[in-house]
Amino acid sequence: MSADTGRRRFLAAGGALTLSFAMPAWSAPGELPKSLDKTPWLDAWIRIEADERITVFTGKAELGQGIKTALLQVVADELRIAPSRLTLVTADTARTPDEGMTAGSNSMKDSGAALRHAAGQVRMRLGELAAARLGVPAASLALKDGAFIAANGSRASFGQLVTGQELHLRATPQPAPPAPGPKTAIGHSLPRVDIPAKVAGGPAYVQDLRLPNMVHARVVRPPSQAATLTGLDAAAVMRLPGVLKVVRDGRFLAVIAEGEYRAVKAAAALARAARWDTPAALPVYPDVKALVMAQPAEPTTILARGARVQEGTHFKATYTRPFQLHASIGPSCAVAQLVEKRYTVWTHSQGVFPLRGALAELLAVKEEAIRCIHVEGSGCYGHNGADDVAADAALLARAFPGRPVRVQWMREDEHGWEPFGAAMVAQVAATLGPDGRIADWQYDVFTPPHNTRPGKAGNLLPATHLAKPFTPPVPTPSPQPEGSGDRNAIPYYRLPNARVTHHFQPKAVLRTSAMRGLGAYCNVFAIESFMDELARAARVDPVAFRLRHLEDPRAIDVVKLAAAKFGWDGYKRPSRRGRGFAFARYKNLASYCALAVEVEVARESGLVRVTRVSSAVDCGEIVNPDGVRNQIEGGIVQSASWTLLEQVRFDAARVLTVDWASYPILRFGQMPEQIDVHLIDRPGQPFLGTGEAAQGPAAAAVANAVFDACGLRMRDLPLDRARVRKA
Amino acid sequence: MTTYRLQVNGKPHAVNTDPDTPLLYVLRDDLALNGAKFGCGLGQCGSCTVIMDGKPVMSCLVPVSAVGARAVRTVEGLGSSDKPGVLQQAFIDEQAAQCGYCIAGMIMQATALLEKTPAPTDAQIRAHMSPNLCRCGTHMRILRAVRRAADRLAAGGKR
Repeated sequence: MSADTGRRRFLAAGGALTLSFAMPAWSAPGELPKSLDKTPWLDAWIRIEADERITVFTGKAELGQGIKTALLQVVADELRIAPSRLTLVTADTARTPDEGMTAGSNSMKDSGAALRHAAGQVRMRLGELAAARLGVPAASLALKDGAFIAANGSRASFGQLVTGQELHLRATPQPAPPAPGPKTAIGHSLPRVDIPAKVAGGPAYVQDLRLPNMVHARVVRPPSQAATLTGLDAAAVMRLPGVLKVVRDGRFLAVIAEGEYRAVKAAAALARAARWDTPAALPVYPDVKALVMAQPAEPTTILARGARVQEGTHFKATYTRPFQLHASIGPSCAVAQLVEKRYTVWTHSQGVFPLRGALAELLAVKEEAIRCIHVEGSGCYGHNGADDVAADAALLARAFPGRPVRVQWMREDEHGWEPFGAAMVAQVAATLGPDGRIADWQYDVFTPPHNTRPGKAGNLLPATHLAKPFTPPVPTPSPQPEGSGDRNAIPYYRLPNARVTHHFQPKAVLRTSAMRGLGAYCNVFAIESFMDELARAARVDPVAFRLRHLEDPRAIDVVKLAAAKFGWDGYKRPSRRGRGFAFARYKNLASYCALAVEVEVARESGLVRVTRVSSAVDCGEIVNPDGVRNQIEGGIVQSASWTLLEQVRFDAARVLTVDWASYPILRFGQMPEQIDVHLIDRPGQPFLGTGEAAQGPAAAAVANAVFDACGLRMRDLPLDRARVRKA
Repeated sequence: MTTYRLQVNGKPHAVNTDPDTPLLYVLRDDLALNGAKFGCGLGQCGSCTVIMDGKPVMSCLVPVSAVGARAVRTVEGLGSSDKPGVLQQAFIDEQAAQCGYCIAGMIMQATALLEKTPAPTDAQIRAHMSPNLCRCGTHMRILRAVRRAADRLAAGGKR
């Protein structure tokens, strides 16, 4: 369909506009972007007021990834208006479309695509209104700064054109033709809109909410998930200054006070006043492999291609990843208020709509009685304590109606009780054919759940501690191609004979859920480490070995670019240093990321330091290049920290890593000298998202570089000093 | 409760609170200053860093009764989002934040460095910033922002 016909048809539909406007029969074949299909009204996404204010609504949330800025750029270009003219409203159950979770690097793919499509149709609709108003053909109009301008100079501004329900239209599948004139926002590194407040102490976080008459609460958690409360003498706590209420419901124990530090002190007193039976309920194993392999699993074959091939040289290896933490710098926080049977919850949850459903079940009220408003929290790298603390706050608002109740977790709560990244085992066996190619590939990944998000009240930590506890629903794995524990378990290489099996373990020893990249972190670590092992066995350069097995030209491009920028060919190995390479396409359908890494290994101290990194990324059409770089740089550093240092420790009774001393992360002194991120822009290609693309490749590239530096093949994460020294 | 007279960002304040209340809670809850953040309460992460008499301190560890007459400075004292100070502007220029929760503490830690060592080496910047944790992995940008501010000040920029 040509643009002109499309516009005429759109006009015809617009002419019949009413509030109950039905989907016209002529709408083009094709599908709306997923989020827009769910919420198809254009004015659910973009509203224009008579005073020229333009408000954009997204169901996604700012997590520190810069999504606000990128979404504004997308809409600004479709409307040919400066981003500064737009106001953005993010996830709020009372105001915005329901776009589920802000997760999976999907925000640009979901909300970016929906907003681009909706904004294009808004522009077309406005163009037709302007044409009618000015009495000239729509095609003759220029569009500038929020107004259509006719050849004779007469103009109609957006605010003049929208006087009522003009934008209350259903989106149609046919995308609007490109707007006239050059794009001015997309592809440019527009500075993040949220950073000026963050560097100047402006209110930016849910932790900064200071509502009138607000009270403070702290929750006293059990010593472990199996612990039972055997006695409590709260009388002395009740008498402490500022204490308003002590709440006990089963083993959910909390105190509400006037004044935040008084709540902190009262919670400490309450913890001393509680007697717990803490059974030795956690299984203790010599290592991660023994722990994971001891759990019952449900195997699913996710790839069965070709036949078994025996001819060639056989290799096998096992890789492991321990439980790891999101460990945001700011502990989880929420504010909740119950007024006239209606709850308002200010939360940094990744999914305000699913959270509302879970809270409704927890509080035994209808969803309509709860409004969840997203307010930024400290960095979010997956399912952390955000939903749990929102449930804490809602329960305490119920116990103390009227005034807003603010709850913030303490550091030991965050480290001890957030849902952990899952411990995993990956077993891989391969046959290297006489031609130096992989003739056969067998991969088995064993993993507890990577998604136990709400949904259900039983997914909320405090709900499991109540006198009448909610039981967590039995987790299920997400299907391929995205997968969960099996995310990226299928190699993105040409392998004629391959079998991949996901051994899903519904029950985890410790509560686990989504952490940046899910299974991709460990699966890419395993696959890309093994690719390095096979390349060396085949006596082929690891980059050349990958290229030999890659088909997708976009994958080949990032591999070649990362290698070239690093100076892979002609690399001269300094003493104690070595280089490693890795590649993955996130989820096998999103961003392409390749990395070359140099490390320095001090065998005597066991210290591994990443010295420099060159990475290359293709995330489709780039909206904000610096935003992509920031995400990839951050992903590389965070993954390096997981990979070199991080491991949850526990004994038979409880989790032991409850602060930054027992669970260290990388500090400035351990940072590389240089991290480059090189971008390949693909204008016109779908947005692929970048938030999680670097996690897996960074881990493998570091491990491969350690081998190159000193001949140690590290297959168990983390590659910490003790292991390097011992090896 | 006791009344404490504090000098914060050059202005006198009187707060009525318990003597053991950490300065962090007084800044946030009594003076409504958002910059210093609660991160750990253990002096391990630096997100509550403020400057007391020219030295960076973790305000989660300092009881309000121990502050006395010492001048306290927070990130709010360096400038505003409309009129940022040199370090704040350098963090904006380098887009040196992801979630940004640690950033006010980073800027105060860096302020203390540049006041004492106006022309730091890169190694000095790294060593000085090491008490402060960032979880988003924004470290390389933070280091660049501190370098940029130092260079700007060396070129005669106003602090």
